[in-house]
Amino acid sequence: MPSHTFQLNGETVTVDVEDDVRILWVLRDVLGVTGPKYGCGINVCKACTSHINGKAFNPCSVKVADIDADDEITTIEGLADTAPGDGLHPMQEAWLEHDVAQCGYCQPGQIMTAVALVNKVRKEGRAITEADLDTIRNVCRCGTYSRIREAIKTGQDAMARGL
Amino acid sequence: MENHPTEGPSRVSRRSFVGYVIGGATLIAAADLGLAPSAAQAVPIPSVPQVPELYDLNDFLSHCAMPTSNLIAIEVDEKGHAHFALPRMEVGQGITTAVSMLIAEELDLPVDHVHVTLAPARPELLFNQLTGGSNTIISMYTPVRVAAAIARKALLEAAAILLGGTVAQLVSKGGVISAPDGSSVTYGEAAAKAAKPTTEKVEVELKETSQHAVVGKPHRRVDAREAVTGKKKFAMDLDVPDALPTMVCRAPELNGTAVEIKNKGDVETMPGVTHVAIIPTGVAVRAKTFGQCIDAVRALDVTWNSGTVTTMSAKDIRAELKAGQIPLAVPKIGATSVEGEFTFHFRSGSALEPNCAVADVREGKATIWGGLKSPITAQEKIAAALGLLPTDVKVNVVQGGGSFGRKLFFDAALEAAHASKAFGAPVKLMWHRADEPRQGRVHPMAVSRVRATVLAGSVLTFEQRHASVATDFTHGLGERLTAEAAALPTGLSNLTFSESIFLLATEMPYNFGVVTQLLNEPKPAVDRFNTSSVRNIYSPDVATASELMVDQLAKKLKQDPVAFRRRYLKSDVVKRVLDRAAELGDWGRSMPAGTAQGIAIHKEYKGATAVLVEIDCRPETVNREVRDAVTGPRITKALVVADVGLVINPAGVKAQMMGGFSDGMCQALTYSNHLVGGQFLEASWDNSAYTRQWNTPFEFECEVMESHGSQPGGVGEAGVAASMAAVACAYARATGEMPTEFPINFHEPLHFEPKSFIPSVPESPTDGLAYTF
Repeated sequence: MPSHTFQLNGETVTVDVEDDVRILWVLRDVLGVTGPKYGCGINVCKACTSHINGKAFNPCSVKVADIDADDEITTIEGLADTAPGDGLHPMQEAWLEHDVAQCGYCQPGQIMTAVALVNKVRKEGRAITEADLDTIRNVCRCGTYSRIREAIKTGQDAMARGL
Repeated sequence: MENHPTEGPSRVSRRSFVGYVIGGATLIAAADLGLAPSAAQAVPIPSVPQVPELYDLNDFLSHCAMPTSNLIAIEVDEKGHAHFALPRMEVGQGITTAVSMLIAEELDLPVDHVHVTLAPARPELLFNQLTGGSNTIISMYTPVRVAAAIARKALLEAAAILLGGTVAQLVSKGGVISAPDGSSVTYGEAAAKAAKPTTEKVEVELKETSQHAVVGKPHRRVDAREAVTGKKKFAMDLDVPDALPTMVCRAPELNGTAVEIKNKGDVETMPGVTHVAIIPTGVAVRAKTFGQCIDAVRALDVTWNSGTVTTMSAKDIRAELKAGQIPLAVPKIGATSVEGEFTFHFRSGSALEPNCAVADVREGKATIWGGLKSPITAQEKIAAALGLLPTDVKVNVVQGGGSFGRKLFFDAALEAAHASKAFGAPVKLMWHRADEPRQGRVHPMAVSRVRATVLAGSVLTFEQRHASVATDFTHGLGERLTAEAAALPTGLSNLTFSESIFLLATEMPYNFGVVTQLLNEPKPAVDRFNTSSVRNIYSPDVATASELMVDQLAKKLKQDPVAFRRRYLKSDVVKRVLDRAAELGDWGRSMPAGTAQGIAIHKEYKGATAVLVEIDCRPETVNREVRDAVTGPRITKALVVADVGLVINPAGVKAQMMGGFSDGMCQALTYSNHLVGGQFLEASWDNSAYTRQWNTPFEFECEVMESHGSQPGGVGEAGVAASMAAVACAYARATGEMPTEFPINFHEPLHFEPKSFIPSVPESPTDGLAYTF
């Protein structure tokens, strides 16, 4: 059985699993990290969105063999540790402020997408626009889309203030 | 029969109720659900049209709960925290939050000292463990408060002994009881003393609404922090020892069954795979990871039986429904008649969390974990399928990742039980997304015909004939007796059930003279299509057809749609929400060509909603491009005004209205299943065009009106019907053409290449790193 090492939420992990198993199942079924959810398995619904080296990606569509030992994977469980202070990440706080979640199933992925999107437009030297929000592909079957839009704007402001 | 409210045996006076302190080592306060709402008690179901004005689906559900509901109990622990196992299921609709608030209010406890969990199947509750019809808060409102008030009374009595003095001198606040001299005890300290050796009957009074400090104020969901940190556990997140991932390879045709596996040995030796077996719905595969299940499902070579709708397409079903429609009674009278016929296509009821359940069936016992809204029926049916007694089947209810009617049934739990039995090993069974729209339960296709007659400036008749593919109600009211009755051969009994539900839910709130709205299901058998009571059941389609016709009537009588509705509406509650929506939404404001406002109302669940939208149907908007997506007309602004009776949690109500709007909008514009040759083509969220961010209005507002009602109404489904209708009405006004087929994009060329039916699930991509951002 091949062995694979990578960085997960700030720790080095090593798993024995076949090369072609997608990261989502390594996280959920092998390591018991269940924040990233399954919603489609084909990189469409975005429920599993996590970060690799600070960028949003969908672990349902990446083989474990394609990850290097120094690649940093962050799931929703590790997001708070990427922000200053001991509390939640400012985007998680924004989600609480707007009481975004209903069933909550998609929300880990929504938050991970939101953080990456804010970082992306910030690198482009601008703020989130309605057109940027329209590009988010994460499905929310409870239909919380309008609250997600509001929370991202709040989270963006808090991130800019370095909270 | 009397038609005035009667007092239940446990009800002493208007505010006084009787409950129990249950004998035992800890403080357990209980109340009888016979204390359910007083609004329409003992009103018979009249055999006249428009029943819901007097007695609606919620009265029916509440009454079914009444005689057998037994006790619900609140326990106060040594820390002073309250615990309540709710015999309902949380699927995102916010009932755990609302019930926590009710208990906190009556117990004088902070909300975060109240812990509401979901009760496992309790067969003794009979009717009273079904989550549906937006009935949870309606039926729980009184008994939960009575139990909490009894707990508080017992704590005060115990504190009086501990502190000296009398109960009347004590003040309870925030989980602490204080005496006039400043001494105090916590609920935790009082709780041990409050426990009784034997069960005692207790009389309590409930707080007046005017005394409420928690109820009626916005409150964040009690599980919000768990949701945003990834800690909230759904069924597939549970760590049940040795319950390995399991998926099912399904037939290419709807409801086809497996005859033979041609390469069982090969698949069993694939990496990670532990078991392969035929079960009633296909071939189950168990493996170390779900990814390896997907690979195995794709590799299986199976001989299949035909399905249940071989070769039929949407147009065939439409013809069948039209042929079976109940005739209109009033003849068509030239220029005085207004007519319309509307087709509503199949749409998936799928949640984001796929159908899933954990099962451990070994040595004559079964344990199930799943998101189940009718756990008693699930327990009975799973026991029967396994050849066990219901008492040998333990059914644990887990919070669900959405339901929308899907989780009324227990399809995945039954499959998991079959698979676990076949394998002799525990399983964690999950549907692949591709299976959800293709083989999962759908909202039934329907054709609704409306004819109204106008004479001398008035509407004399309004008739609606709604012909539908059968809706499966064989979950009954959550227990075996009603579920069995609904499942009688040929579906005839289910039809009676469907007609009852339709009769109790459908209400035309206008003074249109002779009004009849009738349902029929030309082919009542429920085993042809897999259907269920998708959110708001018939109402979104019925309301869309009728509200479009109301706009046509207004046009014919040369009246403004709002003024016309106001003139003919029967109910002041509906008029208030309509007026408020028109005012807040600036009804009638000037709009550019190709854009328009639309407005619609709906009355159900003991409340009313009015929805006002603005739509943009200009080519530059309609033709905007998003990769692998449906764009089309865009709702730029949406406003929902709701009167839902007494409000427990305004934030929760607004959330439900936003969600209801998302459903209603896409059902009008984009969301459907295409039936072609006995197969549904959709197999992905990019195929099924449920609302996405690129469809979301730039502005959404919801106002929950101060209600004259003293009892809570239902909110989980109340936002869907008027939303769908308002979007349809706006589209008609913007384009000048009344849509007659829903969603309106149904006949446009498919925006996707249908995925293969063999293999039944798509391969997971490997190029995810090319899409990082």
